Amino acid sequence: MATIRIPPVLRPSVGGERQVNADGSTVREVLDGLSTAHEELKTQLYGADGELNRFVNVYLNDEDVRVLQGLDTAVGESDTLQILPAMAGGR
Amino acid sequence: MTPSGAEFVRQIKGQIAEVDPAQVHDVLWNEDVVLVDVRESDEVAAGKLPGAVHVPRGFLESRIDGAVGDRSKRVVLYCASGNRSALAARTLTEDLGYERVESMTGGYTLWKDRGYEVDVPRTLTAEQRERYSRHILINEVGLEGQIKLIDAKVLLIGAGALGSPNALYLAAAGVGTIGIVDDDVVDLSNLQRQVVHGTATIGVPKVESAATRINDLNPDVTVVQHKGRLDADSVLELFRAYDVIVDGTDNFPTRYLINDAAVRLNKPVVSAAILGFEAQLSVFDTSQDGPCYRCLFPVPPPAELAPSCGANGVLGVLPGTAGLLQATEVIKLIIGVGDSLRGRLLMYDALAAEFNEVKVRKDPECPVCSRDRASISDEEMGVFPDYEAFCAAAG
Repeated sequence: MATIRIPPVLRPSVGGERQVNADGSTVREVLDGLSTAHEELKTQLYGADGELNRFVNVYLNDEDVRVLQGLDTAVGESDTLQILPAMAGGR
Repeated sequence: MTPSGAEFVRQIKGQIAEVDPAQVHDVLWNEDVVLVDVRESDEVAAGKLPGAVHVPRGFLESRIDGAVGDRSKRVVLYCASGNRSALAARTLTEDLGYERVESMTGGYTLWKDRGYEVDVPRTLTAEQRERYSRHILINEVGLEGQIKLIDAKVLLIGAGALGSPNALYLAAAGVGTIGIVDDDVVDLSNLQRQVVHGTATIGVPKVESAATRINDLNPDVTVVQHKGRLDADSVLELFRAYDVIVDGTDNFPTRYLINDAAVRLNKPVVSAAILGFEAQLSVFDTSQDGPCYRCLFPVPPPAELAPSCGANGVLGVLPGTAGLLQATEVIKLIIGVGDSLRGRLLMYDALAAEFNEVKVRKDPECPVCSRDRASISDEEMGVFPDYEAFCAAAG
């Protein structure tokens, strides 16, 4: 199962976990598996068009999936997906 | 009978070609002529001819190839008065086969007496040498790097949690000019993390409070106080005066404004953001063909996914860690060493005690940095799709 790193702002949606595991052979399958288990995540990750929201970046290991094959990018058992929305805090 | 030393020098001068300083002045900066200063290092430290290379006479044979590889090139040698350069000219001509060597009569002394221009190398005062001695001892910084720091102008956007460690350590490092943009006053609740301020400056404008502390730490630093918010009307004018921009702001509109102005001017931005126990950090430097903030985050998240620290809390030490990583990147950019965080986003998770990083790619369709700089209008800067709705929701 691939490992998914959850950013602080999305942790309340996954029961406070920093890191979760989900099945799937592509980025879409893994994220679908995750958002089926945690319904709230769906609207945070996906727009109405079914694509990833533009304010959320997803990385397969250290590479943005948008420069790979997007949601169709293959995910291996030992891969890590990093979900990354922008943060702006500084004060 | 062997000649006296003075007689020997006179004989040598009869055998080599000499040239008057006036003729040398005519060929200053001429690429076909190499000026070589053959004096000792302590003499050169007091000043030399502009553009001259330094090859002490004692190292002439071993180092001249590095300075003048082409033996057919015109070479003008000088010393303090014209004696050592005459002897050096003979060596180059007779022993090393240089074809067009001349010795400048009267040397540096006559050159200076004639009122011609000289280059006085930058040096530090005795106090600066002492203050920065631990920098000067590191090869990667050295005297040259320290002078770059002293000449550098860094703009801190925000004198808050991230701005504080940047202000303190950049000042301590000797960054010559530190500009600070902030419109706030020091509040008691700031002091858990905003360490450039103090209990004594509660109620004082942050720019003023920071300037006082910085000048206590290092009176060499010129602090420029920009009290107010960064706005689209003045941002370009402001950024022009600085070499590096440090982004430690707490809201997206300002982050996009900083990015867009920096892209237009091709100035590097060292950016950090913090929330809870986590920090994100990167260097956006389009002058080095790096990506910009909009390549990474073309649009901000909706307000419910973009809480600010004020509302959500932050571990006080975290901006210290993140701000010092920022300050480190600033110093590396100034002295030009190491690999910067350009094209990389570093993430620090304090609870897990983990650092991770991902690649930040330049977006060939980036709404800002992919464009001709002149086509980016003032009105567009800092704006993003749904900007008005975002700002209304954010209050």
